[in-house]
Amino acid sequence: METNSLFKSGHTACAGCGQAIAARLVVEAAGPNTIIANNTGCLEVFSTKYPETAWGVPWIHSLFENSAAVASGIEAALISLGKKDGINVIAQGGDGSTGDIGLQALSGMLERGHDILYVCYDNEAYMNTGVQRSGLTPFDTNTTTSPAGKLSSGNVRPKKAVPEICLAHGIPYVATASAGFVQDLTRKVKKALSIKGPKYIQIHVPCPLGWRHESNQMLSVAKAAVETGLYPLFEYESGILSGSRQIVPKPVEEYLKLQGRYKHLLSNPEEIKKIQEIADNNIKKYNLRVVP
Amino acid sequence: MKEFLEGSHAIAEVIKNVRPGVISAYPITPQTHIVEDLAQIVANGELESQFVNVESEHSAASVVLGASATGVRVYTATSSQGLFYMQEVVFNIAGMRLPVVMTCANRAISAPINIWNDQQDSLSLRDAGWIQIYAEDNQEAVDFHLLAYRLAEDKRVMLPVMVCMDGFILTHGMETTDMPEQEKVDKFLPVYKPLYKLDPADPMSMGLLADPDYYMEARFAIQETMRESLGILTEISKEFNNIFNRDYGDLLVEEYEVKGADKVIVAMGSVCGTIKEVIDEQRAKGKKVGLLRIITYRPFPYARVYEALKDVAKVAVLDKAVSLGAYAPIAVEMKAAFFGKKKGPKVISSFVAGLGGRDITLETIHEVFRRLSTKEVNSDFIDLKPELLKEEYGD
Repeated sequence: METNSLFKSGHTACAGCGQAIAARLVVEAAGPNTIIANNTGCLEVFSTKYPETAWGVPWIHSLFENSAAVASGIEAALISLGKKDGINVIAQGGDGSTGDIGLQALSGMLERGHDILYVCYDNEAYMNTGVQRSGLTPFDTNTTTSPAGKLSSGNVRPKKAVPEICLAHGIPYVATASAGFVQDLTRKVKKALSIKGPKYIQIHVPCPLGWRHESNQMLSVAKAAVETGLYPLFEYESGILSGSRQIVPKPVEEYLKLQGRYKHLLSNPEEIKKIQEIADNNIKKYNLRVVP
Repeated sequence: MKEFLEGSHAIAEVIKNVRPGVISAYPITPQTHIVEDLAQIVANGELESQFVNVESEHSAASVVLGASATGVRVYTATSSQGLFYMQEVVFNIAGMRLPVVMTCANRAISAPINIWNDQQDSLSLRDAGWIQIYAEDNQEAVDFHLLAYRLAEDKRVMLPVMVCMDGFILTHGMETTDMPEQEKVDKFLPVYKPLYKLDPADPMSMGLLADPDYYMEARFAIQETMRESLGILTEISKEFNNIFNRDYGDLLVEEYEVKGADKVIVAMGSVCGTIKEVIDEQRAKGKKVGLLRIITYRPFPYARVYEALKDVAKVAVLDKAVSLGAYAPIAVEMKAAFFGKKKGPKVISSFVAGLGGRDITLETIHEVFRRLSTKEVNSDFIDLKPELLKEEYGD
């Protein structure tokens, strides 16, 4: 790793943490003229335990759910100081702090038209507090608060469609990305920052601890989510689907079998069929299938 | 220059003089006129400021937090439920040592829902780490905002300040107010230069995780600063008087006919105007009564209160708030100020009045004096309606 990285090594993330890799890619794509507001969560905890910090750019953490509003204040202050041009403002957080408790602050930031990139690191549950379900936990996922049992096959609801909620605000750029597709992620961050106004990128970041896979399988798991159609990678520019990553779809089992959080499903073809339907719908909706 | 103005308008005008780079607020009665007037001032081009219309008080406080951390002067205002909704951020702002200034247009707390004045909202946030100053009239409310910015931005302080003014009574009341001239404001309040800021030219991290090895010292530092602020308040008050020729003494308390009094009411905010009228009337009849007005509630001026009341026989503390199941918010501090001391009042009785906008009349104050006997009372409610209580509880 480069010693002068904007996100330095030595932080306390778990081995194979998808969020740590994605966060470094985001800040390196953004460059040194960037100010980051960070929600409470794993990333905040493992990167800034006093008296150390991993961040090489100005960085602020206030609370769990308010990075979008704090970033709004930073942007307004930069305008007031006449310094906004040339400085990127990024707000970021995990899926719970973005799509659940922070959704209102995010909506306000998008609606007001601030020139801010919001990045959601989506590891599909409250990992910092011990793998409780969030609104972005996928259907049938086993978490500590949506456990599989005699009467349950895991999380009862499908994943909340936060990118679509953001799209409904009429913002100029919405994209999904994955820690498993590094160049695609970097390109999307750079593209987003080249556009004025509110932008939203949601990055799928495997969590070895919460998803129960080996640390060295992080990239394979992330790739399998995309290749099965369960985590479609797409871009919307000015409200129009402008691109999606084409795949030759693999059956969803290829993704599910890699993770302990879906172990309870492997002998349950009925449930796997429901999850395959979710993937099939994504493939259709976002034109994911490679045209031969 | 003297002008006949609504309290809220006067506040908006003085905030214009203060020139905050970022203003953010969410509407709530009775704070609304302040932020409406500021929005118009910005729209008219009279003040160059980013006015951020947010979706909640939580975000209003978060916006000014982010802007203050970026190194600009900021302003917000709220009331009641709004203050409670932003409470999490309010504590956070103090912990991060950001010199945010806020107006609290004091209003009752739900339930039952009630938009009228008492002081339950700001008093409930007494542990937040904000300096709290309470205005008696609109002149003070205006001047206290200037003092608040000067205090918050003092490098020895670097704590947020809440200027509390009674909702409707002051915010919607018309008074002749001596409005500060811009050049005097600029002299009293120089351009804000932050100690630390979010700046790519000098990157730093703010709001870090402090584990048990570090957390306590951060809290201790605020407690120490609060104590030191008592003296700084007085120092700044003197400088204010030198420039504006209005004397707020030590800015901690006001003694009104306390010398030689045997009965003294302790109170805070606009009700003190009413109390002073009763004091004048009673003094004219030869009664030895007085008022000790608390101006600064946080930090609480214990030593100053002790000095003022140590030779007074009976004290009536009049709270416009309750701490349900305990002594009322001012009363508890008065008890603490004299606990274990050699001198002090024989009686410190606690009275509650004016909740949810019930008028505190001259008669209310007379009733307080009547009930201030040798028998000490705790949170004795004045002006209750017996017929309503009968309906609720039976005979």
